[in-house]
Amino acid sequence: MKQKRLKIESNQSLNETVYEMKLSGIQDAEIRPGQFVNLKLEGLFLRRPISVCDAEGDLLTLVYRTVGKGTDQMSRMEPGEEIDTLLELGNGYDRSAAGERPLLIGGGVGVPPLYALAKHLIRSGKEVSVVLGFNTASDVFYEEEFRALGAAVTVTTVDGSYGRKGFVTDVLPEAYSFFYACGPMPMLKAVYHKTNCSGQFSLEERMGCGFGACMGCSVSTKTGTKRVCKEGPVFFKEDLAWDD
Amino acid sequence: MGRLTTELCGITLDNPVIPASGTFGYGYEFAELYDINLLGTFSFKGTTLNPRFGNPTPRIAECPGGMLNAVGLQNPGVDNVIQEELPKLKQIFHKPVMANISGFSVDDYVETAARLDREEQVGWLEINISCPNVHGGGMSFGTDPQQAYEVIHAVRMNTHKPLIAKLSPNVTDIAMIARSCERAGADAISLINTILGMRIDLNRRKPILANQTGGLSGPAVFPVAVRMVYQTAKAVSVPVIGMGGITTAEDVIEMMMAGAVAVEVGAANLTDPYACKTIIEQLPEVMDRYQISSLRDIVGIAGKE
Repeated sequence: MKQKRLKIESNQSLNETVYEMKLSGIQDAEIRPGQFVNLKLEGLFLRRPISVCDAEGDLLTLVYRTVGKGTDQMSRMEPGEEIDTLLELGNGYDRSAAGERPLLIGGGVGVPPLYALAKHLIRSGKEVSVVLGFNTASDVFYEEEFRALGAAVTVTTVDGSYGRKGFVTDVLPEAYSFFYACGPMPMLKAVYHKTNCSGQFSLEERMGCGFGACMGCSVSTKTGTKRVCKEGPVFFKEDLAWDD
Repeated sequence: MGRLTTELCGITLDNPVIPASGTFGYGYEFAELYDINLLGTFSFKGTTLNPRFGNPTPRIAECPGGMLNAVGLQNPGVDNVIQEELPKLKQIFHKPVMANISGFSVDDYVETAARLDREEQVGWLEINISCPNVHGGGMSFGTDPQQAYEVIHAVRMNTHKPLIAKLSPNVTDIAMIARSCERAGADAISLINTILGMRIDLNRRKPILANQTGGLSGPAVFPVAVRMVYQTAKAVSVPVIGMGGITTAEDVIEMMMAGAVAVEVGAANLTDPYACKTIIEQLPEVMDRYQISSLRDIVGIAGKE
């Protein structure tokens, strides 16, 4: 864990509720795909945990949806403002498990953390497929960004207004070596039951500290009680007790 | 003796700042950031006889000036703490540590305390009779003077280390509970634990916390804590440890003026992992500003004639 004051370089909307914020000043922080940062916002007591979309050089990219006071406030922040940030939080995805043809499955605001993962996997020569699920056409974001990395991208919308109609689990490819999934809990559980190889899930939970001190975000796994913020947020499929 | 030095039940503390139980784990996360040996001591995660998962999630909610938690005493159980956590802790922390203990019956408390009493690294036993987030134990012992007496007395009869009774603010007369604990053999009183609260999610039209209620902590509770520390310090002759919403060196001084010989810092650790280190470093400068040469001189000064 590191604490830094990061400076907002840009903060723009990608659609009605999703924003992309770029911050500079991460310097020597070693940020892995799947990790998150924890932001101290003016006037709010608890920090706000946001997954890392990308970290390259000195620049951190966060893509977030406005769901409450904290993210609303973030969406109104201007370039030049600074945010007290805890970095390098959580374990991140295990890229060594990917195999040759990994599949990345993202739903809604669960899409962003898969971006840096796709980038790293493609750089290491993997053949990456990405399935991105949204509710409707106006919700879709980052499709082109994933294509630009060289991933094979399939987009689904629940109402069929864009891409393939249905859920991400309706369009999973025939063969893949490993999967990584991030999204709402019903999607994750559907993926859990529909996939037939090993994979990893990124979980979300309300957090107190975000670095393992308060036990606010614990989850029961087959290998004991784990903290989503510390041992997670990424868990192997085999650890999760979602069978019933 | 340094300007910051204080004494707690015969053990000298380099300074009065003690991270509160449940906000510091077993110290490892903070030891990654700074040398935790600069602390007075710390109170480790509340320990029960058997392992506990705690409450379902969500366990945490934001509040104006603070937070609600309903963790529900998640911990690996006293035997695991003794076999796994204390040996690891010994590698990074070289001062006596405060063992925080909770239970669901008098026997639970006695057995857990007796096992930790035998551990060399444990300096004090802090008996939590004030957890608002568990059912059939915890706070119910700390809201009734007779039950508080029974728990503290039974633990006292079976242990040797200094005994601290950690009290709940969810009572009408804190002085009565504190005196009961003193009579039962408590060597010190610590307070306040969290104040029972609730938040409701407007979208779901249901309480945010799965446990429905949770304990309020953070700066919002600080004035309540100062008042109760003041009342308690006047009511008992044993030392008082003040806690509840302390965030700054000024807060430490205020709490000591109210009657605390040492302070615990809780919620602040969760939003600023360097909170305790910063407070300790700023104390000398703030003491200068208020012409305080030694912290020992100000304990309870606000209540003196």
